[in-house]
Amino acid sequence: MRYLPLTDTDRRDMLSFIGASSIDDLFVDVPAQARLPGTIPGLPDHASEMAVERHMARLAKRNLSAGEAPFFLGAGAYRHHIPASVDHLIQRGEFLTAYTPYQPEIAQGTLQVLFEFQTQVARLLGCDVANASMYDGSTACWEAIVMARRVTKRGKALLSSGLHPHYVSVAQTMAKFTGDALAYRAPTLDAATDIDALIGAIDKDTSCVVVQYPDILGRVADLTPLAEAAQAAGALLVAVVTEPVALGAIRAPGSMGADIVVGEGQSIGVGLQFGGPYLGLFACKQKYVRQMPGRLCGETVDASGKRGFVLTLSTREQHIRREKATSNICTNSGLCALAFSVHMTLLGEKGLRDLAGLNHALACQAADRLAQVPGVTLLNDSFFNEFTLILSKDARDVVRTLADKGVLAGVSLGRLFPAAPEIGNGLVVAVTETVTPEDIETLAKALEEELA
Amino acid sequence: MTMLKEGRPTAPAPVEDAHMAPATATGNRALMLEEKLIFEIGSTETTGVDFAQAPLTGSRLGNLARTDVIGLPGLSEQETVRHYTRLSRQNYAIDLGLFPLGSCTMKHNPRLNEKVARMPGFADIHPLQPQSTVQGALGVINELAFWLIELTGMHGVAMTPKAGAHGELCGLLCIRAALEARGDARSVVLVPESAHGTNPATAAFCGYKVEDIPATPEGRVDLEALKARLGPDVAAVMITNPNTCGLFERDMKTISDAVHAAGAFVYCDGANFNAIVGRVRPGDLGVDAMHINLHKTFSTPHGGGGPGSGPVVLSEALAPFGPLPYTARMADGTIHLIEEENVGEEMPRSFGRMSAFHGQMGMFTRALAYILSHGADGLRQVAEDAVLNANYILRSLDDVLDAPFGQSGPCMHEALFSDKGLAEGFTTLDIAKGLIDEGFHPMTMYFPLVVHGAMLVEPTETESKAALDQFILALRSLAERAKAGDDALKGAPYHAPRRRLDETLAARKPVLTWTDPGMV
Repeated sequence: MRYLPLTDTDRRDMLSFIGASSIDDLFVDVPAQARLPGTIPGLPDHASEMAVERHMARLAKRNLSAGEAPFFLGAGAYRHHIPASVDHLIQRGEFLTAYTPYQPEIAQGTLQVLFEFQTQVARLLGCDVANASMYDGSTACWEAIVMARRVTKRGKALLSSGLHPHYVSVAQTMAKFTGDALAYRAPTLDAATDIDALIGAIDKDTSCVVVQYPDILGRVADLTPLAEAAQAAGALLVAVVTEPVALGAIRAPGSMGADIVVGEGQSIGVGLQFGGPYLGLFACKQKYVRQMPGRLCGETVDASGKRGFVLTLSTREQHIRREKATSNICTNSGLCALAFSVHMTLLGEKGLRDLAGLNHALACQAADRLAQVPGVTLLNDSFFNEFTLILSKDARDVVRTLADKGVLAGVSLGRLFPAAPEIGNGLVVAVTETVTPEDIETLAKALEEELA
Repeated sequence: MTMLKEGRPTAPAPVEDAHMAPATATGNRALMLEEKLIFEIGSTETTGVDFAQAPLTGSRLGNLARTDVIGLPGLSEQETVRHYTRLSRQNYAIDLGLFPLGSCTMKHNPRLNEKVARMPGFADIHPLQPQSTVQGALGVINELAFWLIELTGMHGVAMTPKAGAHGELCGLLCIRAALEARGDARSVVLVPESAHGTNPATAAFCGYKVEDIPATPEGRVDLEALKARLGPDVAAVMITNPNTCGLFERDMKTISDAVHAAGAFVYCDGANFNAIVGRVRPGDLGVDAMHINLHKTFSTPHGGGGPGSGPVVLSEALAPFGPLPYTARMADGTIHLIEEENVGEEMPRSFGRMSAFHGQMGMFTRALAYILSHGADGLRQVAEDAVLNANYILRSLDDVLDAPFGQSGPCMHEALFSDKGLAEGFTTLDIAKGLIDEGFHPMTMYFPLVVHGAMLVEPTETESKAALDQFILALRSLAERAKAGDDALKGAPYHAPRRRLDETLAARKPVLTWTDPGMV
């Protein structure tokens, strides 16, 4: 077996050194009835690299990849071009095959990257501090709700109808077990967001208001009044960003007063990968830093006075605090954080603004063209690179039919909100720099045919 | 001095002491290069990415255009590659050598798995594409699920948890849902003292009261104490097997039977599954739920601290309560993704969704490639070699290092030592930092908590005998120095990119982001 270096001679010599007559002697503590006498029946034996590659390639070919079709899906995962150097650098074995930097003297590479990442994320989201990442946007969102409970000692969270429904589902799952009360309803097809309704719903029991920006229908709205209203009532504003490229074009939630900003970092440096691994972003105001979940990297000095970095404030964490920890999280999304940070360094502020500008311009073109299709109405007054179309029939069927024709048209609201059939004609369309004018035209023509 | 006629020396003068090397003007030491932060070398004007000109369309940003300076420095591509390449060289990694971090299973990461995960059919598909366009991806999930069920002898598997701790959460949520379904509210979860910190943290996160179960002097769960504590308020017992002392819990089946008789469930922390894969199935030991860290047993890369992946295998009693979404193979061979929309008919008792999409697909492809490469025979060999390597280390060093449970028989995949017998003032930390100078990543230190000054060594099966012998040589030398009171050891490491770092300073005055000194 190509990954196992011991030879049979090694094994014999080592067993003899230990004083064991056979390998079975080393499994003597396993109760006899639980010892498997040989390989598990019905499973194949080892295979060559070529055979495995062939098997996996066959499975990969049964998928229609985004690069093979006009592609307009978003709703929490976005297709952006990733420069070749990003993937090259994250495959450096010193990054790829290292672990959590428990021994900082020989992990300064990972630690400096995390320190740079935390700074990039904090600045992008407009916050004072950011952590070293979470599993993904949805779990980061739930952790923010729990953190708001810790800060405010209140247990009722208001979730905007514009929050990604899967993020809502995650919060609802967890709340069932923790006893948090969540106020939520599915969105309606309006050009305006539900910010005014949220402001009206805040009361003295509210721990936080959770609002997505841009929201699940692509709408953007100033969060300042919501932040002021929440804070006046002693609650926190949690802002959720699922498309961080947007923050190269629109104001950062932190600068509009959000107390905690969480996000899905996938769209910068991390590919679509059918939903994971992704990258949870988590940032907040300085005054709440000791209530944050997850790993934090901090600057310090070594014994010779040189600048260096370490994991810090670990007294919040499970390996020190056990059942009193701020979260049970142990790993972060280290390699995805590296990919994000490398991509962001390549972009820099200029590149990010160019990228965001290009996304928005193409989205404007697409929105105008698609709105001309008979049977299609554009919902949004405002958007970044994603908007909602209202079709003259159920969008789920349209998406499936167009997929059969090789066009990946977007995400239907029927898929996202199966319990809200009244908005089933909605189609969320994302337009990134990877979309060409020909793709837009292909989608428009396909919709024309389908809705005729 | 030997010299060419143009004056170039061709052989060095003898060196008295390499440590007397003078400081350099740059702070660099040949191949060991100091690297500044991107905020110190980049600029907001510089970029390493070119874009097409955006068409002129006007703005529909709702009067929210961002006008402030964000403060994101850019670098050209060349500078970017150099920055991260230089930083990478300040890291220790499996690719460089033995990484015996106990309980973390730092084994070789095969590169085939990286290649497979990057096939466009896996890497470039969206989680919300119509199911007809992602049958291959759903096939990967289903095939991996099949292997995990077969290897553990369990009934079902939840694939979506994103890491081990997330898997623990999944398992406890299943248990809680199952108890609630039978109208049996219970409030306590029992956790052995030797457990990973995530176990009590997870139980508390799910709203349970956590109580410790003591260990025997032999390093195993105290069966009698556990039995005495079982009662109608206990929801679950969380047990790590093999445990964090590197020992197999001999009484596991008896424990499971007692737990079940008391109406509770057995959660097994599967972090150490590598020791028994192919030789023991947790399902045969009465386990109800166990997470499997794909980044440990099934070699997906640790990536400097994630991403992990933590599918949870479930018993028949718990499987109906598992999370959404999940895959199911239909009679016609197509694979369906069961989500909120169709869950009513398919899985009415699911506790719901615990992450946005379908789990760590990028880890599933890697883990499946790893499993198929090994096959049933190779995986069994994995466990055997992992256990053999650990016992070889244990017996090679138990004459110079205290092995607290060395007398109670063989260890499993990790060898546990303590700081007992070191000279006054010498600690496990000194030995760990000494290992850095010897060119190794230190073992897990000060864990498990049940042993003073614990050193937990997990070599894994992907180390050769020669590599083990070199490690043993280094650790033996350090143990001897620490017992002899060699003060020089207290200054280690001397040869790493940094000397010991001041963690107290970092925590007392946290500096978590970079601030331009000119702005302060």
